Amino acid sequence: MSLLSVRDLSLRIHDTPVLSSVGFDIAPGDIFGLVGESGSGKSMTALAIMGLLPHGAAMSGKADFCGQNLVGLPEKRLTRLRGNDIGMIFQEPMTALNPMKTIGDQVAETLLIHRAATRSVARSAAAERLARVGLSSDRFPLSRYPHELSGGQRQRVAIAMAIALRPKLLIADEPTTALDVTTQAQILDLLTGLTAAEGMALMLITHDLAVVAGRTTHTAVMQRGRIVEQGETRSLFRQHRHDYTRRLFAASAHQPARRARDSGRPLLTAENVVREYTLPRPSFFAAHSRLRAVDGVSLTIRGGESLGLVGESGCGKSTLTRAILGLDPLQGGAIHLGGVKVAAGRRVPRELRARVQVVFQDPYGSFNPRHRVHRLVAEPFHLTGAPADLRGRVGAALSEVGLEPADMDKYIHEFSGGQRQRIAIARALIIRPDLIVLDEAVSALDVRVRAQVLDLLARLQESHGLAYLFISHDLSVVRSVTDRVLVMRAGRIVEEGATESVFTDPRHPYTRALIAAAPVIPEDWKEVAHASR
Amino acid sequence: MRLPLLIGAILSATALSAAAVSLAWTPYDIAALAIADKLQPPSAAHWFGTDHFGRDIGSMLMAGAQTSIAVALVAVGIGMGLGVPLGLLAAANRGGLIDEAVMRANDLVFAFPSLVIAILITAVFGPSAVNAILAIGIFNIPVFARVVRGGALSLWTLDFTRAAEVAGKGAARISIEHILPNVANLLIVQGTIQFSLGILAEAGLSYVGLGAQPPTASWGRMLAEAQTMVTLAPHVAIFPGLAIVFTVLGLNLLGDGLRDRLDPRSRRAP
Repeated sequence: MSLLSVRDLSLRIHDTPVLSSVGFDIAPGDIFGLVGESGSGKSMTALAIMGLLPHGAAMSGKADFCGQNLVGLPEKRLTRLRGNDIGMIFQEPMTALNPMKTIGDQVAETLLIHRAATRSVARSAAAERLARVGLSSDRFPLSRYPHELSGGQRQRVAIAMAIALRPKLLIADEPTTALDVTTQAQILDLLTGLTAAEGMALMLITHDLAVVAGRTTHTAVMQRGRIVEQGETRSLFRQHRHDYTRRLFAASAHQPARRARDSGRPLLTAENVVREYTLPRPSFFAAHSRLRAVDGVSLTIRGGESLGLVGESGCGKSTLTRAILGLDPLQGGAIHLGGVKVAAGRRVPRELRARVQVVFQDPYGSFNPRHRVHRLVAEPFHLTGAPADLRGRVGAALSEVGLEPADMDKYIHEFSGGQRQRIAIARALIIRPDLIVLDEAVSALDVRVRAQVLDLLARLQESHGLAYLFISHDLSVVRSVTDRVLVMRAGRIVEEGATESVFTDPRHPYTRALIAAAPVIPEDWKEVAHASR
Repeated sequence: MRLPLLIGAILSATALSAAAVSLAWTPYDIAALAIADKLQPPSAAHWFGTDHFGRDIGSMLMAGAQTSIAVALVAVGIGMGLGVPLGLLAAANRGGLIDEAVMRANDLVFAFPSLVIAILITAVFGPSAVNAILAIGIFNIPVFARVVRGGALSLWTLDFTRAAEVAGKGAARISIEHILPNVANLLIVQGTIQFSLGILAEAGLSYVGLGAQPPTASWGRMLAEAQTMVTLAPHVAIFPGLAIVFTVLGLNLLGDGLRDRLDPRSRRAP
């Protein structure tokens, strides 16, 4: 008998249909994967089951959980179910916890709300639950506050809260999307381990096919509010009967056709670059301590090549990027750009800065919402002086990235995430730089859009002889689009080499750990997929 | 348009137009005394009755609106004119010495009850409308500086300000081109609220005799003068009181309504 049986679940928010006839079953002990692109209705399905829908939502259908239909259940009954029988964890570990409460209190609170225990019993139960998720009370006392923990540790606390009352079903909505690769592997191990040990079922919502591939027993693929295909994970991956599933798989394994145009001439050379930050004084009379975010990094980017830079959050990638963009002066070392040396403490001259441009990660935060596209794209001309045919140049840049010149009079909110990333590329391209820094430039995009943008980047590299510095936490993307790769950790480059050889034969233990932790679709599953195409 | 916003807009527009009309015309001359007609209840000739000197209360309310609005408007202007650049400066220098200096100076002004300082200023420089404007204006500066700094700080974390840096633009230019247009919403809303508080403050100062001096009409002073006659002729106190209440209420509703309406989250494009 299934634990949760969803039938014909439909949902409208005001006049917009969000879900239509969603149906699936989760058996006790199952790990059920729900995959789909952003806006496909994955999270809404979870929220509908939990009865946590926004105002104006109208739901129909059936969701049988342990013999009672959750659809139309009064709020009072639902609150008793939530936390008690169904636990939930969310994507963002930074905001999922109350910053004003200790982790012990937050876990104990779940027990107290459901009157499952007295205060002292609840606290010892909280300690036990936290130990269960790997935060033993000798190293992580209950009196810790969320800000004293890392992202992965906070996600562990969130999990401890969700499983405090031993729910029968745990819903995890993109639980590892905001985490680093190695942390992601640990959290996924924890979740799958808990599922087996506690005898609960897990509903794992994610956009990442590789995460689903390694962990789930059953998988459903969602598109535009419908489940287009579902079944046992292994056979679903091998067969992809539905056309959408097939396209999704093809896009996630997409390898843009690239012809290396490495000119062999060094374009940008960094020698022993040091970037330090002054930290606040630990006490009033103590000296400022310093944080060395980039610690003696040397690297060379050759004209026309794609260089990858991988590393986890806090490793100094962003600081190094700012130094390469010429935004911050160095504390030590030097940067050579096109034969000109920029020594420590000096600002990068404007004509040199015009040779390096950047595309950022967030397609929503990269543009001033109050300016029209032509003004946004033309912004880098501030470095070089505006040409006579400004609008012509903007139009040409937009055509190059696959948009219409007429788009220049629109505002940025009129474009989708993928289109915005194209506009960001047009902005970087417009003053004809030699090097474009792609700072997680495709990380926020859905797989199919990501494949298109990667193709565009490959095409532009070939036609303009551009060099790319491709910064990403996503190893599979870095592998498919770069010639050489640097692995950075704690402000230092720990490994450098040709991409393929670093990935197949990593020398440094950290590189090995990174590659081992990255979720992958098993090779033999992929081969069948390719053969059936 | 939502109902509260509509009500707020109508009440604010009424006060503003009364003030504007009074510049050119009032039903009666407010300087002319007619003791024979004193303390008349509302009638066809005098819609709002007359005061103890026989002056038409309706005309005085119109002229008083002019004083209140002029004082509050200039005070908001002073607050914005100095507070906004200070806030932008502090945010551009975030974490630095200038930021610290600006914010601590703000705290210093905030530390004193505003009315007490206003009384101090007018006590030292003498009671007048100009000194009331100064006193109220000074207290608007830290309010605007904080609002702008808060909004600007979150904008500085967004990548479009980074993109402008990559385009070689300096902090001052980015503050004007990118930050200011994006905090304009906050400014409009805060401006409306400070405007209503300014009207209240002006009425308060005039009530204790530290605002506009006779013969300039002022709602606060009308209230003060009506105080002794409130049992004899309640309308003399009621109408200026209502004028203050409705104007302040209207501006607050307008400010809240504008905040909801201008919030980008509420009009996100499809």
